[in-house]
Amino acid sequence: MSQAMSQGTKPKHTLSGEEIIRCTGVNKWYGEFHVLKNVNLSVQKGERIVVCGPSGSGKSTMIRCLNRLEEHQKGTIVIDGIELTNNLKNIELVRREVGMVFQHFNLFPHLTVLENCTLAPIWVRKMPKAEAEERAMSYLKRVRIAEQAKKYPGQLSGGQQQRVAIARSLCMSPKVMLFDEPTSALDPEMVKEVLDVMIGLAEDGMTMLCVTHEMGFAKSVADRVIFMDRGEIVEQDTPDAFFSNPKSERTRLFLSQILNH
Amino acid sequence: MATETRTTQGAPPPGGVSFSLSDPTFRAIVYQILVVGAVVLVGWFLISNTLDNLARRSIATGYHFLEREAAFGIGESLIDYSPKDTYGRAFLVGVLNTLKVSIIGVILATIIGTIIGVARLSSNWLIAKLASTYVEIIRNIPPLLQLFFWYALVSDGLPPVRQALNPIPGVFLSQRGLRVPVPAPDPVWANMGIALLVAIVAAWGVSRWARARQARTGQPFPAGWTGLGLIVGLPILTWLAGGAPLAMDVPKLTGFNFTGGGAISPEFFAILTGLTLYTAAFIAEVVRSGIKAVNWGQTEAARALGLPSSPTLRLVILPQALRVIVPPLTSQYLNLTKNSSLALAIGYPDLVSIANTTLNQTGQAIEGVTMIMGTYLVISLSISIFMNWYNKRIALVER
Repeated sequence: MSQAMSQGTKPKHTLSGEEIIRCTGVNKWYGEFHVLKNVNLSVQKGERIVVCGPSGSGKSTMIRCLNRLEEHQKGTIVIDGIELTNNLKNIELVRREVGMVFQHFNLFPHLTVLENCTLAPIWVRKMPKAEAEERAMSYLKRVRIAEQAKKYPGQLSGGQQQRVAIARSLCMSPKVMLFDEPTSALDPEMVKEVLDVMIGLAEDGMTMLCVTHEMGFAKSVADRVIFMDRGEIVEQDTPDAFFSNPKSERTRLFLSQILNH
Repeated sequence: MATETRTTQGAPPPGGVSFSLSDPTFRAIVYQILVVGAVVLVGWFLISNTLDNLARRSIATGYHFLEREAAFGIGESLIDYSPKDTYGRAFLVGVLNTLKVSIIGVILATIIGTIIGVARLSSNWLIAKLASTYVEIIRNIPPLLQLFFWYALVSDGLPPVRQALNPIPGVFLSQRGLRVPVPAPDPVWANMGIALLVAIVAAWGVSRWARARQARTGQPFPAGWTGLGLIVGLPILTWLAGGAPLAMDVPKLTGFNFTGGGAISPEFFAILTGLTLYTAAFIAEVVRSGIKAVNWGQTEAARALGLPSSPTLRLVILPQALRVIVPPLTSQYLNLTKNSSLALAIGYPDLVSIANTTLNQTGQAIEGVTMIMGTYLVISLSISIFMNWYNKRIALVER
């Protein structure tokens, strides 16, 4: 369905070559289940990455490790020069710079749209309220929902809520944005409005890691597509090469399953 | 179109009422008339029967007996009372005793219940199991038995007055309850009370100022600690300024009982402990369900934004948990207040106990019972109104 989107108009940009995320030999177990197997990943500033793979392949777990919503048990993860360990101060420092958008939005239902967006800038960045609100309004305008600022999340549609969730993350001026299946819980007609916002973000040069099944989005904006299966990164390549000429048998099988239905 | 299908079933033309029992509107009116008629009939029978009986036994109705001398003693009272006082004042003593045990009980039960409820959610196996054992045992035993247990513990388990336990100098524990030293009367105590009030007002002012300053400059101010400092510090300063009096009124054994000092009677101890622990078990479940009701995604979203754990709890989790907690918590507060009438069984002079004595002595049973019911109604409705107001204030806005 997203095939119709701005395909072929992929924004041209050159990467700085500056590394912002580095995972080295990351392993994680849930009890006996080995969910991440020796994951190595390097992300440059401004890079747009789409992570795909069958369900249960560990793709969500991997990006949730990047802001320590999940703990990895072996290996190192360094975000913007800070290594993620048990040090709570470091974890909070990393989380300030890494925004996250969830599958189920997770907006705070007791706060208005505006308050959702100003909460973290006020309490984490110690920003004056007026400044935080001004900033929130500018991001709400950017996701085209400024007129709903005084409403509560329960009064909005799924697509609107997800756009508010994106604005809420942007208000912290993150250096990296993580998207964990941002369109999977949406009604089909609302997917486009959220993807459009994400494409806009990508065009502005935001570093993005996006777990999604929207292959149209991957083709049109990603610099790199990562395919995960059974906890491993099986293949990573530019979208052109990934879709037209997959190297691994597992990738080919996955692509045939999601593209030809 | 709708009328077409309805007329086939004998429904009225739009706007009218047919006199058929298959018409819901007509049926509803008939049922309502029948119910109102039955209520009026039963009410008339009860009232006329009562008036009849009262007249036959020549009992005068009315509340004039409240002005007569009560002529019975009351074990403990918050206000001055002697048997020479009126029934009205005796009743007031009972109301205050009920309020005393209810208010202290509600506060303690909330604190203990919250701790136990959170403990049940603990990842520590021992703590979680201890908490759930507490809940399962306490809430499955009738509260009256628990009152008897606590009362027996004091009156049978503790030594008589003359062999009173004396764990700390000045503190005596016996069948007659607990006696502790209290500070001897001194003008400084009243001043400290004033200082405390001033400190509370000042702390409130500081928190408002801190909020305004944070909105303006973004800089948070430790208003909580400053407020705590004011509330603790100001009375202490007043005490020092008043010459720091240290004289204590220590209880002394004179004859068959202690005099002086502060006292907690076995009856008050039993009713307070029993009601508090009983209600706390239910409150624990209420708190546990409230916290569980807040989606884990809320915590994750707050963490992902970089919020530390204390603001996450205060600004994100608690406001949502409270919405689930407050309505059933109201019921528990009402239960505790009403259960305080069990005090009758162990001789704590609450309002039911005193009203009972009154109506035994005067024969004014109807007046006595209406006063008990009226008082509980006023207390319960006050709690309800306050809690409903609070609930509305924090309610979620949905579409």
